[in-house]
Amino acid sequence: MSSETILHGQTTEAIHVHEDHADHGHHHEESFLTKYIFCQDHKMIAKQFLITGIIWAIIGGLFSVLFRLQLGYPDMSFPVLEDVFGRWAKGGRISNEFYYALVTMHGTILVFFVLTAGLSGTFANLLIPLQIGARDMASGFLNMLSYWFFFLASVVMFASLFIQTGPAAGGWTIYPPLSALGQASEGSKLGMDFWLISMALFIVSSLLGGLNYISTILNLRTKGMSMTRMPLTMWAIFFTAVLGVLSFPVLLSGAVLLLFDRNLGTSFYLSEIVVKGEILPNEGGSAILFQHLFWFLGHPEVYIILLPAMGMVSEIMSVNSRKPIFGYLAMVGSLFAITILAFLVWAHHMFVTGLNPFLGAFFVLLTLLIAVPSAIKVFNWLTTLWRGNIRLTPAMLFAIGFVSLFISGGLTGIFLGNSTLDIHLHDTYFVVAHFHIVMGVASFFGMFAGVYHWFPKMYSRYLNNTMAYIHFWVTLVGAYLIFWPMHYQGLAGLPRRYTDFSNWQSFNQFAGMNRFISTVAMIVFAVQLLFVFNFFYSIFKGRKVQSQNPWGANTLEWTTPITPGHGNWPGEIPEVHRWAYDYGKDGREFIAQVEPVGADESKH
Amino acid sequence: MMIDVLSDQKRKIHPHKFTLWVAIGSILMMFAGLTSAFIVKRSQANWIMLNIPLIFWYSTVAILTSSVAVQLSLKALKQRNMVGYRRWLVITAVLGIVFLVLQIIGFIQFGDQEIKLIGAGSNASYSFLLAISGLHGLHVLGGVITLIVIAIRAVSISKRNYSSVPLEIAATYWHFVDALWIYLFIFFNWMK
Repeated sequence: MSSETILHGQTTEAIHVHEDHADHGHHHEESFLTKYIFCQDHKMIAKQFLITGIIWAIIGGLFSVLFRLQLGYPDMSFPVLEDVFGRWAKGGRISNEFYYALVTMHGTILVFFVLTAGLSGTFANLLIPLQIGARDMASGFLNMLSYWFFFLASVVMFASLFIQTGPAAGGWTIYPPLSALGQASEGSKLGMDFWLISMALFIVSSLLGGLNYISTILNLRTKGMSMTRMPLTMWAIFFTAVLGVLSFPVLLSGAVLLLFDRNLGTSFYLSEIVVKGEILPNEGGSAILFQHLFWFLGHPEVYIILLPAMGMVSEIMSVNSRKPIFGYLAMVGSLFAITILAFLVWAHHMFVTGLNPFLGAFFVLLTLLIAVPSAIKVFNWLTTLWRGNIRLTPAMLFAIGFVSLFISGGLTGIFLGNSTLDIHLHDTYFVVAHFHIVMGVASFFGMFAGVYHWFPKMYSRYLNNTMAYIHFWVTLVGAYLIFWPMHYQGLAGLPRRYTDFSNWQSFNQFAGMNRFISTVAMIVFAVQLLFVFNFFYSIFKGRKVQSQNPWGANTLEWTTPITPGHGNWPGEIPEVHRWAYDYGKDGREFIAQVEPVGADESKH
Repeated sequence: MMIDVLSDQKRKIHPHKFTLWVAIGSILMMFAGLTSAFIVKRSQANWIMLNIPLIFWYSTVAILTSSVAVQLSLKALKQRNMVGYRRWLVITAVLGIVFLVLQIIGFIQFGDQEIKLIGAGSNASYSFLLAISGLHGLHVLGGVITLIVIAIRAVSISKRNYSSVPLEIAATYWHFVDALWIYLFIFFNWMK
């Protein structure tokens, strides 16, 4: 009796699921509100993430232009700055507090709001259902919530820019005790509370998103889409989501304890401290504890940023070389290895905090081990390009640029991973140059590659190619011109987070170099605005996509109509018969995943 | 087609259930972070040993019993015993509230013993107890709200739904917050 009723219960469920899907085939009436605002369609949510990310990128990029202005021209005054920013730029010069706020917000915005939410949020949402063959995410509602939590986090962070004492200004790593004590600096007052609230909302958003990505990839793949037939974008996004789901909660726990210290007078992180002559009642706290909790997220976070770029680059490179990706399983394996190692290397950010040198040795070893999967990936990208029939589309150029930057930035990682070299290099411009190239610019290149490649799927139009080529070359050359000189500055010991080096005997020789870097940074920023213009112009006026599969790609997203509706495929979801990389096989240029394997077909 | 969907459903775990398991992994990481922070802090100077009062044993019993109740509710639902289903569901939610109230009373009692949890003169050990138990309490509160929503739906006349999936998901979560408290309780008593 009981088993029969259970079965019955499931039958009604199953029918319900089935009817739901049948619904998606034809267009139902949608109001503006359900179509553009509270939308549960993964494609629209992807666009929401992307456009919010673009807005944040402009703000974050503008901040870097402002502080580069200070670094490049420390002795000049720009009255226009005082007109705009008032007392933050008295006499046309950026004040110290303003400078710290700018670098802190630049880091926070670009690491979290652009390269985490803007990158993962956009491409995970857009590509997962399209590439695995699903109508939508496992839970469209959670997906919508994920965007709206991100939006709320954005509103709070944006609001913090306008409060009287300014936004958080203790660096994007918000180390206590500085961040825990409001009396310690302007930026540690209300701005810090806003920062923490915003990040809590952001963490909720990424967790909801990540849960959905994992659950969708593992459960909703179409018939025949085994895990090893998935495009590498899916593997990369899957591992990204795993990293996020396991590491963001630890940041949340660290942030909760920081909130206690800030607002409830506890002593988790605060030891015996005197601020401005006032002896604080706290005793026995450990500031290093926060660093452990922070970097347990902080390090996986750099892979959360990088892995989606790696996945998209692999896919775009294979499509535009007209060759299978070299070493598919090695690519998956190296993604897996990076995911595991990401959790085991956090203390390499803390070599100079008094970490036990014996313990440090293990972290050096594990850190340098990351070179192995990274080298495997680089080797496979280069061998994919090798003797390929390369089409230099803008997406392909950015993908190749990504590999170039990843190599350049990765090599300096080998220096920084050594605890002994780190004594000299930590907190210098060498670190700044390293992580900007390998994580910042490289991931941006992956993101640009993705935008240029999938823009036709998002808006049924192409981006303008001329603007795209200008964008690529200026950005690539500019990135090297900005960050290459910083390596020299760092080796010479130039410290980060200083507003002015001109009164400093050992470093004022760099005045000319700093001015050069600042000039290039402004040019590169202007070219990013050209991209933004291209993006919005092409949404409305771009060349229309005429063919269903403009790049001649194998993956499932190109079997949908040119403008897919909610539900993606008008009829049944196609069945998959092969992996995603049958390019140049048996004399055929490409064989889509939906084509059954022929009787006389060779094995790959 | 329908047969296909049905057999698919039977073979695979329900996607929402799967999502819950991933979420549980995520919540576990948060408490792993907090309890390892506790261990790190404990080995440093200036640590006052925890003294767990009796009332936390009572709350432990309450949440353990509630796990049994939610299981009985699920069993009743599967047997179409709607009265038993609703009764045990309400008992579960009430026991959850009892747990929360006992926890709060426990923390108020610290004040009577002149142990400071927060503010000047507080020690990290008791602050940890408050922060970690407080975060666990928030997770229990979330569970209670979920159970109440399911209970309200169960008595609504306009819509009859015999699907056991929502309750199964809620029950899995409820067992999880129960097991999590047992872990924390043993941890606090053992690590002090």
